[in-house]
Order: sequence, then structure tokens, then C-alpha cells
Amino acid sequence: MHVPDGFLDAPTSAATAAVAAGGVALALRGARRELDERTAPLAGLTAAFVFAVQMVNFPVGAGTSGHLMGGLLAAVLVGPWTAVLCLTVVLGVQALLFADGGLTALGTNVTLLGLVAVAVGWGVFRLLARLLPTTRGGVLTAAGVGAFLSVPVAALVFVGLFAVGGVADVPVGTVAAAMGGVHVLIGLGEAAITVAVVGAVLAVRPDLVHGARALRRATLLAERPASVPAGAR
Amino acid sequence: MTAVHGGVLGGAYLAGSSPVHRLEPHLKLVAVLGFALVVVATPVHAPWAWAAYGGYLALVLLAAAVAGVRPARLARGLAIEVPFVLFAVLLPFVAQGPRVQVAGLALSESGLVAAGGLLAKATLSVLAAVVLSASTEPRALVTGLERLRLPSLLVQILTFMIRYADVVGGELHRMRVARESRGFVGRNLSALRVLGPAAGSLFVRSYERGERVHLAMLSRGYTGRIPGAPAAAVPVQAWLTALALPLGAAAVLASGLLLG
Repeated sequence: MHVPDGFLDAPTSAATAAVAAGGVALALRGARRELDERTAPLAGLTAAFVFAVQMVNFPVGAGTSGHLMGGLLAAVLVGPWTAVLCLTVVLGVQALLFADGGLTALGTNVTLLGLVAVAVGWGVFRLLARLLPTTRGGVLTAAGVGAFLSVPVAALVFVGLFAVGGVADVPVGTVAAAMGGVHVLIGLGEAAITVAVVGAVLAVRPDLVHGARALRRATLLAERPASVPAGAR
Repeated sequence: MTAVHGGVLGGAYLAGSSPVHRLEPHLKLVAVLGFALVVVATPVHAPWAWAAYGGYLALVLLAAAVAGVRPARLARGLAIEVPFVLFAVLLPFVAQGPRVQVAGLALSESGLVAAGGLLAKATLSVLAAVVLSASTEPRALVTGLERLRLPSLLVQILTFMIRYADVVGGELHRMRVARESRGFVGRNLSALRVLGPAAGSLFVRSYERGERVHLAMLSRGYTGRIPGAPAAAVPVQAWLTALALPLGAAAVLASGLLLG
């Protein structure tokens, strides 16, 4: 669910657009460190993956289904900066081609679903990954908690924006409680899906999971020969 | 997800040769963004707000008619709004302020106004965006964004995403066909044990494809930039045609502000 046009007033939309532009500019520099000159093709393909996986409806029980937002999943798989770029591109395509989320609200959507969700999720993930034992279970727990928290926190930041620049005179406490409650449930679904997908990638190609590099060192897995022959670089 | 002709992303595009189709994509992007800005800037509480929304609606419907976008297509585009219709319906019940009696229910006056404004603004912007996506191919949109000076790396990521969305989506579709032909029905949380690994292997395939694409590009002399033809100058006439939509909307807004 993306913020449409006219939901927040002009100053708030402009402010979030500025925040989004700054964040994306930082991510453009950061992603070069994560992926060097392979940034464009790999981030593009990861964005296509995020876009495709958002179309899979995962059953979350009681007859309802939800789809992934994918912020933390992308961050754990390819690194937080690349994840921000992927989500920005996906949100832009959704706004331009499907009218999902307003054009003037694109900055708000990138700030909430890209920057806030990835920053919160990745922060929690790194913190827990440091505290928990460096095992598969530790990485998955950290990913699950990070994914879970990223959703309600993004929702609460939205409520904050709505309190500052919302066009309706709504009691903030009520909205915060309702949005928070709903998004705790959505966050549980997000966590379950994230853990399932990260676990599956860890099982087949642990070397591709950016957030589990420590795990690779700790367990002394044999390095898979780099798919790029030394001479090709 | 179904395999739409023209791909997952191209499904929004309607082939045609209307004046709207022929406009430069970056002009259309500027026009739709400008229109959305004017719509958003309209004060909700002004007594003439609904007259202004009517004027905007007439303008966007005119643009749709010129572009040859049928009403059914516009209506389908509006389906994206449904979650916000639900939110807007709740607003009059939860908003504060003086109450009015409507059909025996005490509804908040400001909530009613805000909900109406939200729905009207979201609907108008969605209609404009539907006309844009129906008259512009995804690749042309990327060219337009490039001419509007979107950072080159972001343009490249966008290009790759649009180029490979159908490939990745196609793999996903084949996985689903394979699953369902083996009797899989996803009903509850235990389905994650099947869907999780499916999404995981989709990621591994996407990432490895990205590496292969990168190697193929390197062998063709890729140095981090995608060369493009120099952009042709845009005639004033095209600017005027494209800007008719936002300028018309701005005229409606200005007359509302001056006369209302």
C-alpha cells in the first residue's frame, strides 16, 4: 500500500522528497562500494527480483494473504545501499506504470519503504547479528526480527508525517494505534517470508547472502571459485 | 500473475499513434507531474474545491480521449485506489471537530471534507498516470527520465529492471506452473516451506543472470556508461501541446483562487 497524491500537504511532501533524494544520492555512492562496477546489472536484476516477488501472494493464515515489501530481504541479500536503490526503482516503476503511489508522493514512499524500512531493518539486523552466535540460526533470527520491526516502524513514521502534514484532523493516537496494530501483523508476515527466503538462499548459495559474510568466515566454508575468471576483470 | 502480451510491465501500454503517443516522453512526464502538483495544491476546504476538481477531471478526460484511452481502461486503472477508498470512508468517523447528521450518523464535518478531497485528488492523479502509462512505452519512460537528468546509474538500474522484469517474472510463472501441476495449493503458513525456497532460488537465478549479463556487457566494451544518441531539440509546439494539461489545470486553480 503506497501513499497516493494529496495525502500529505505540499511542504511535507517536498521535505520527504528532499530526504529521499539525499538518501538515494548516498545509496548511489554506497552501492558502488558493495558491488563495484557491477552495480547497474546486479542492482537492476535484484530490483526485477523484488518486483517479481512482490507479486507472489504468500498465505499468512486465516484465509488472508500478503505480499512482501522486501526492504530487509534485499538488504540482507545484496547489502543495504543496493537495497535502497532497488526499492527506489521498484517504487518508481510502480508509480509510473501502475499509478500505484502518487508521483508527488514518490519521495514519501521512497523515504518510508526504502530509507526507513531498510535503515531500521538493517540496523536491528546488524545489532542482533553481533549479539547472537554466528550461526545460521543467529543470522535468520536477526533477519526475522529486523524484517518484523521494519514494518511497524515505517508505519509509525508515516503516522508522524500524517500528524505533521496530514490533510485530515484525525486524533494522532488513534491512527498510531490502528496503523501500528495492523502493521505488527503485516510485520509478522514479512518476518516469516524473509526468514524462509534467506534460509533457502543460505542453504544453496551462502556466498550470495551479503548479511551472512561473517557466517562464511566463521564456518570456514570452502570458497566457491569466483564466477568471474581473474583475467576477465 | 499471468503472462500478459507485451510483458508484465508493457501490459499498461496501448499501442497507438495519437498526438499524445507522439509527444516526447520527458514532456509527458513533466506534464503529468505538473498536473499532479496543481491537483495536490488545491485547498480542500475552499467552497469552490469541487468545481476545480470538475475542471481537472474534464481536462484529464480530454487528454484520455485524445490519447485514445477508453473509459474501461481508466476504470481498471482506478482499482489501485481501493485501499485508500477504505481509509477515506473511515475518516468521517474518526476525525475530530463539529459533527453533522448524515442518514442518522454523526459524522465529522472536517473528516467528510478531507475524505472527499483525498478521494478526488488521488483519483485525478491516478487518471493522469494511467493516460501516461497507456500512451508511453516503459523504455520511452526511461529515456524521458534520462533527459530529465536522473542520475545515470539510476537510469541504468531502471533499464535493467525493465529489461529483465519479464524474464524474472517468466521464471516465477514457470515455477508456479510446475508447483501447481504437482498439486500444490498454498493455504496456510506451511506453504512457506515451498514458496520460500522458490523465491530463494529465484533470487539466486536473478543474481547469477546479473553476473552473466555483466560479463557479456564487459566483453562488448562496457565501461560503466551506456552510450546514447544525442537528444534532439524539442520544438516549442510540442512543449505547448504537452503543457496544455498542467497549464489548463493551473488556470482552473488560479480562477478558483481569484474568483472564489
